[in-house]
Amino acid sequence: MTTVARRRPRAPRSPRGAFRSAVRSATRAVRGIAPIWLILAAAVALVVWRDPAFAEPHSLMAFLKRGAPLIILALGQLFVIVAGDLDLSVGALVTACVVIAARLGAGDPARTWWVICLLVAFGLLVGVVNGLVTAVLRVPSFITTLGTMLVLNGAVFLWTGGSPTGSLADNLRRLGRGSIPDVPVVGQLPYAVIAAALAVAVGYLLLRRTHFGSQIFATGGGPRTAWLSGVDTVRIRVGTFVVSALSGVAAAVLLAGFAGLSANAGDGYEFQAISAVVFGGAVLGGGRGRISAAVGGALTLLVLFTLLNLLGFAKPLRDTVQGFMIIGAAVFTAYRLRRPR
Amino acid sequence: MTAVAGLLIRRPRIGRHQSSWPVWLVLALVFGASWIVVNGAGGDFVTTRNLQNIALRSVALGLVAIGQTLVVLAGSLDMSVAYTVSMSAIATSVVMDGRPDRMVLGVAAALAVGAAVGLTNGLVIAGLGVNAFIATFGVSLIVRGALNATFDNVAGSVPAGFQTLGYGAVGGIPVGVLLLAGVVAAAWYLMHRARFGYHVYAVGGNLESARLSGISTLRVLVAVHVLCGVCAALSGVFLASRLGAGSPWVGPQGGYDLESIAAVVLGGVALGGGRGRLLGTIGSVLMLAVVDSVFNHFEANSFLRTLVRGVIIVGAVALYARRGDRAQQPPS
Amino acid sequence: MRHITKRFFGTVVLDDVSLDCLPAEVHAIVGENGAGKSTLMKIIGGEYRPDEGTVLLDGEPVRLQQPRQALDLGISMIHQEFTLLPHRNVAENVMLGREPRRGRWRRGVDRRSMEVTTAGLLAELGLDAISPKTLVRQLSVAQQQGVEIAKALSYRPRILVMDEPTAALTPAEVGALFARIRILVARGLTVLYISHRLTEIFDLAHRVTVLKDGRRVDTLDVADTSADDLVPLMVGRAGLAGLAVRHADPATIGPVRLSVRDGAAPGLHGIDLDVRAGEIVGVAGLDGSGRTELAHALAGAAPLRSGAIEVDGRRRRLGSPRAAIRAGIGSLTADRKSEGLVLPLSAADNSLLTVRAFGRVRRSANRALLTGLAGQVGLSVDALRRDVRVLSGGNQQKVVLAKWLVARAGIYVFDEPTRGIDVGAKAVIHRLMRDLADGGAAILMISSDLPEVIGVSDRIVVMCAGGIAGELPADASEESIMILATRARVPA
Repeated sequence: MTTVARRRPRAPRSPRGAFRSAVRSATRAVRGIAPIWLILAAAVALVVWRDPAFAEPHSLMAFLKRGAPLIILALGQLFVIVAGDLDLSVGALVTACVVIAARLGAGDPARTWWVICLLVAFGLLVGVVNGLVTAVLRVPSFITTLGTMLVLNGAVFLWTGGSPTGSLADNLRRLGRGSIPDVPVVGQLPYAVIAAALAVAVGYLLLRRTHFGSQIFATGGGPRTAWLSGVDTVRIRVGTFVVSALSGVAAAVLLAGFAGLSANAGDGYEFQAISAVVFGGAVLGGGRGRISAAVGGALTLLVLFTLLNLLGFAKPLRDTVQGFMIIGAAVFTAYRLRRPR
Repeated sequence: MTAVAGLLIRRPRIGRHQSSWPVWLVLALVFGASWIVVNGAGGDFVTTRNLQNIALRSVALGLVAIGQTLVVLAGSLDMSVAYTVSMSAIATSVVMDGRPDRMVLGVAAALAVGAAVGLTNGLVIAGLGVNAFIATFGVSLIVRGALNATFDNVAGSVPAGFQTLGYGAVGGIPVGVLLLAGVVAAAWYLMHRARFGYHVYAVGGNLESARLSGISTLRVLVAVHVLCGVCAALSGVFLASRLGAGSPWVGPQGGYDLESIAAVVLGGVALGGGRGRLLGTIGSVLMLAVVDSVFNHFEANSFLRTLVRGVIIVGAVALYARRGDRAQQPPS
Repeated sequence: MRHITKRFFGTVVLDDVSLDCLPAEVHAIVGENGAGKSTLMKIIGGEYRPDEGTVLLDGEPVRLQQPRQALDLGISMIHQEFTLLPHRNVAENVMLGREPRRGRWRRGVDRRSMEVTTAGLLAELGLDAISPKTLVRQLSVAQQQGVEIAKALSYRPRILVMDEPTAALTPAEVGALFARIRILVARGLTVLYISHRLTEIFDLAHRVTVLKDGRRVDTLDVADTSADDLVPLMVGRAGLAGLAVRHADPATIGPVRLSVRDGAAPGLHGIDLDVRAGEIVGVAGLDGSGRTELAHALAGAAPLRSGAIEVDGRRRRLGSPRAAIRAGIGSLTADRKSEGLVLPLSAADNSLLTVRAFGRVRRSANRALLTGLAGQVGLSVDALRRDVRVLSGGNQQKVVLAKWLVARAGIYVFDEPTRGIDVGAKAVIHRLMRDLADGGAAILMISSDLPEVIGVSDRIVVMCAGGIAGELPADASEESIMILATRARVPA
């Protein structure tokens, strides 16, 4: 968001000078790229080395399709983190949405659209509750959202009597599973990928190009100042939780498509979303963050998971890797913030 | 680094702080209300057995909460307690492996595990300067992954003799409760009579001041995290004794992370550190146990319990978080 | 100290500064904000390490890595910002880190001995009214400062560094403190005394060193010099002329824009105040006189409990900052960093805060708006794009001002407008204030800097103990202000 005004270097007067200044501007360009992209590139390179088929269009698309829910969730979480909070309830919300869709939809395609509307409304409700409890009742967001997680888990299974009932309608599942055939270059373009791309675009516009977005940065970076300057911090924070919850609903719809109905649909997604955003470079504590953090972080996480799979690591070790990643990212950020002494 | 928990705590602390209802008063009220509810429904609340149950229910959470109190007083936070509990429970039962001659070794292994986790937490937070939430969250993920990858079920077993810890009683008081009481006493002495405790309050109150007065903030923070890890480990040992064996989900299933922090907040310790007393935590642990026993009495559906637990915790923290806040605050 | 050089962020903060301190002297350090005084002192205190140069104690070089080392070597520091723990009692604070041991393993704390020692220390300073068992947050600001001093002296230092120790003290308390310092100095203590208050320096110090822009300008014997000689050394220009701003022509003062009647709140009572268009009303008073509460009430951060506020003739209830902003009030608070600016953001984003909060301006119009603003406050457009953190204090204040200009505030409440800003930028801010007033704004200026209050205001209101003690014309003397400010002092 800030650019330091740079003066153009004078035209070099000798070939050696020209070379040196070319190197200098190249280094500057590289250093200007957010580190996450570099890490992503390295990770992708590793995966392709182990499995060259990965780089083929159809497997890339499949990869992106499976990763779309995380990308969307990471975007939602980014909003919350920039405002200085955390949303640990998204995983439970995803599970809840999938279970609700199955139970209410009961496999009937005609119901799908109003079921989706209901899910959106539900997401709104959860987001508003999270936001109000955190901002008005002043409960620290991690406690609020852990509580919401418990409530969601308890409530949903209470309602279905312990395990998910009903089934997911086909047209609902098509949203997550289906794709547009015969697209040039990539072949099959999954709806999920389109959805993710749309989410990135909307997220970017919302965060960077609206008053709402700038107020989020203000609320996170200087809550008291923002308040004194007329920002309605309650409204902003509620708004970010709503964005996060809606991202959960969207992710749930996609997941319902290719993962199907299960009681663990959303398990662990909140950790992954937070890991993605932190690893991508957003600073906890608010006021800082870029869309690239969410998207880059999510993609990197997904590629790393693929790499782990290829290398034969057991699934639970994903958690361990995530743990190291976020600590590593935090150490790196702490070091960078601390360096001028 | 009182801002270590600063991610979560947005209100600047102000001078004027009236004391809220002491947690003991609330405990008494909750106890009274439960009595009425249970007896009104035809049961009998105040029986030795019920009281013993309540006390036992408090042990596991209480041990963890004591450790968490120390950490929070120092201005930090520990989100890894749940998995530390799991890991030490597993360590206990795996090392003991049903053999009575290995009891001491098993306990030692568990405590060592807890101390190791605490040491890691402390070093990452105080040495590397990482935010406490992220650091302990990350560590919990690491442990979670390691545990789930190695054990997918109950592991090892505990010899019958060891189960005295979980089930035995001395003079009517369950052994577990005696253990808790011992730990509370030790912690109380540490915090209010030993120099270390004074330094913990200082580090939590104002990190810079503590440093300028010559206190090694690194050592204090690492020490409280190690102590928290050991307390969580003790809880794991106790649970292993109760359950007969440890498993990876023991910790998270008990909700020890959220509940221990809630207990600390309800007990009057400010999340920013430097303020509050240990005994308040015990009061809130007892209160949560009383509520839990009421649920048990009515044999409530476990999902309902989860739901209500969530509401109670958030609601209670909300109530307690409002005290001492003045209108001068931004609504954040 | 010899040839001390220190760099921060690549800027040279101290450049080849050498300083000698003799035993049994009070050596004052003066200079503008940013001259490097605090940095130099922090090096002596062991908090910072010099990039070049050495610190010598009794002729022997010492390498101070930690504050504790400095303490052990006999160097004790009293900081400007309080380092006390509010929720611990006096004894615990004073003896922090050195609690007397007890018990078989010597790990316990001997509380009684701690309290006795603390009581003794307090008595030495004439502060026996304070009980060692009181919680620090229950003490007044002045008492807390007393505890800080007791704590510093309890290390029995050979060198005592004091950074603006009298900011919150009444003249009587300052007198007591100086008496104590003189006794200690007579016994061999060296005191390094940083202050902006030249009168104190001439009262207490033996020698004075002037720092300017990180360099030592000169060291003089106090007996051989005067304030008029010192100031030019500090600011590089003669006299305090820079501070004087033309006052409003009475004819241009318009109708009352802000009016408070019988305002009351915690810490305030019976506030009756009028501010007219075109005038700058200065508010003077000591710490705790209620000025901050007044500022907060007008900003909407702490509404009045009773009383009426009228803005431009309309009765308004300033129940929240948004309400105050809608009423046209812009508040520049004393604490720029946590209440005036969002530090991670750029200056441009900061100035657009209010605009975005109310959604008044379309994003496309931003650039033009910013260029206009930049011109108005005297910031380059380039500077606007930078992170507000790296700007100087003066420029930061300009950004805060820009924020309210954009919000079209008609009434400005400045709380310590030039605190932490060097003399050159001070003059710019004052000029901006005057321009604003000339443009029809009504300005209320709260300040602890008496020359500023006198130089800039058209009228001076003096507060004391939560109420208005009196009003003085623009040419009042500092003494008359202080008399009103301390008059109705409630016995502690």
